[in-house]
Amino acid sequence: MKREEWDKKLGTCKERNFEFTTVSGLPTKVVYTPDDITGFEHDRDLGYPGEFPYVRGVYTNMYRGRLWTMRQFSGFGTPRDTNKRYKYLLKHGQTGLSVAFDFPTLYGRDSDDSFSRGEVGKCGVAVDSLRDMEILFSGIPLDRISTSMTINPPAAMLLAMYIAVGEKQGVPPRVLTGTIQNDMLKEYQAQKTWIYPPKPSMRIITDILKYCSEKVPRWNTISISGYHIREAGSTALQELAFTLKNGFTYVEHGMAAGLPVDKFAPRLSFFFNAHLDFFEEIAKYRAARRIWAHMMREKFNAQDPRSFLMRFHTQTAGCTLTAQQPENNIMRTAYQALSAVLGGTQSLHTNSMDETYALPTEKAVKIALRTQQLLAYETGVAHTIDPLGGSYYVEALTNELEKGANEYFEKIDRLGGVIPAIEKGFFQKEISRSAYKYQKALEKHDKYHVGVNIFEEEEKPGIEILKIPPEVERYQIRQLRKLRKERNNRRVKEALGLLRKAARDGGNLMPRILDCVREYTTLGEMCSTLKEEFDVYHEPIIF
Amino acid sequence: MYKKIRVLVGKPGLDGHDRGAKVVAAALRDAGMEVVYTGLHQTCESIVEAAVQEDVDIIGLSILSGAHMTIFSRILKLLKAKKAIDILVIGGGIIPDDDMKRLQRMGVRKLFGPGTPTSEIVDWIKANAGKSKKRPAKKTRRTRRAPKKSTK
Repeated sequence: MKREEWDKKLGTCKERNFEFTTVSGLPTKVVYTPDDITGFEHDRDLGYPGEFPYVRGVYTNMYRGRLWTMRQFSGFGTPRDTNKRYKYLLKHGQTGLSVAFDFPTLYGRDSDDSFSRGEVGKCGVAVDSLRDMEILFSGIPLDRISTSMTINPPAAMLLAMYIAVGEKQGVPPRVLTGTIQNDMLKEYQAQKTWIYPPKPSMRIITDILKYCSEKVPRWNTISISGYHIREAGSTALQELAFTLKNGFTYVEHGMAAGLPVDKFAPRLSFFFNAHLDFFEEIAKYRAARRIWAHMMREKFNAQDPRSFLMRFHTQTAGCTLTAQQPENNIMRTAYQALSAVLGGTQSLHTNSMDETYALPTEKAVKIALRTQQLLAYETGVAHTIDPLGGSYYVEALTNELEKGANEYFEKIDRLGGVIPAIEKGFFQKEISRSAYKYQKALEKHDKYHVGVNIFEEEEKPGIEILKIPPEVERYQIRQLRKLRKERNNRRVKEALGLLRKAARDGGNLMPRILDCVREYTTLGEMCSTLKEEFDVYHEPIIF
Repeated sequence: MYKKIRVLVGKPGLDGHDRGAKVVAAALRDAGMEVVYTGLHQTCESIVEAAVQEDVDIIGLSILSGAHMTIFSRILKLLKAKKAIDILVIGGGIIPDDDMKRLQRMGVRKLFGPGTPTSEIVDWIKANAGKSKKRPAKKTRRTRRAPKKSTK
């Protein structure tokens, strides 16, 4: 049958009264054909897995060689509570650790800071000093596990604490593997945990890049994150474009600080969201790999193929979980996880069904972990690489997202680059508008969310919830005060003085932070010292 | 005389999740209310200060960090101290059912959980705002500026 004839036939079919667009609003055709990917050249546009431009995956045999790392983001209460949870997850087959810190730690404040009131141990684990970090990783050999830490303004301090724990375990820094998020650009844009203004923040980041390229060579120094941009309400395209543009900005800053690109680019990694729209997400990961590879080779003249690789972690979308009928979140998460695996992720966190209420219970997190294990061991989806490669739809969507991202890159360049665009509120406005638009679409029933605006039920969910008792805060403050009495305060003062001096003189901050950490200087003491030198950030208020 | 409902949308504490607060602020604005959005990282003191100064009818707090018990009780206490208990306190975020009940007993007038349509929040505010106002209405200010940030 000819296309015209088929189109005519299609015209006679009754269509559901619904706007067929991706969750991000891209129009979706009824069917995709070779006409949608005209000019497609396999070797140029896709290539083989592990080969330029890496659309199909960053490694030659992908999951046949090694499955993705199953890494549940986890942390609550005291370091002891979280250490117990880590051991539970490892016992049940988790293959990497991922630390969730509480808000005071994320903002570099101690547990007894007035701003920390009510927040200690609540949405992550409280870490005030090396002592807490020692407890957090006690009985966990750092030479045999990789650890990801979601930490941004105080990333240098937490990395230093991890290095110091390694030293105590007899594990040298060159052996340590893991990731610090350390992505401040997306903080100003979306996640909003900041301390210092962009300029000193970028300086701390380049100090870390320099230090790690010498001393901690297997560490992923920045996890360039789209996750939070998406959670804050962006579309898939905005997530893709803003994240990659942030990535290029780090590369530019690293090079401007005198580092050869191939010295640090291979240690940059990425972190994406796995949202509701199955194919759009897969296309997003594929497009990201192609864009990164081309830019690294052609714009930044990287020579080492490892600099071309966009390796990424994925987390299923927390913002898509529903408080209504919470068990449905198990299925929602499973589809999202599948998109991440088909998209070639290097590691994965699956959300737990109860996370619209609190941090997950042991039971809920185990189901979430089992969801990944089921994908890996039962479904066969990991047997072959990029099984959707060559799909007319997925290739067309991959191309469309790549084109859209390039348009955003130009727009951001016209604003003077990422940092000036942050200062003008560009990203913040783009994200807020998308979030509001999506909410309106839900309320008009242009988009559906099961249990929220379709198939609603009256029932009150009766699922079990994890509670963080107020004693956690009191305990943590007691321990902190004890530590301040027991340590050598003269040496703490000296170490802080040298940190301040480095901040002023422009020396690399990492060795000075490590010295502070070894003396059990608290996170709040280090961050306050730098705050006095670097000032604090105030954001433009936009809604 | 017709007076616009005035709402302060606040983000207390360290919680950086501002998607919900901004969506609600935009929806209230589109529903014809005067909205003061505080921005992030506000102390309870600065929120109450701003609410009184701006003569709002409602304080709406968004808390997704788990610190809701501490923060709401502090806000209610400060409002009482300022003799401004006619300002209704409402909120939303990640708040377990049991805590919602305790907070409502404490005096939080209404809590909206995840998935609430913004129209429901608008309707509730329209039905309840201004009913318990005892203070003489001050001259409506036009300013939408957020209160001064207090960062330690």
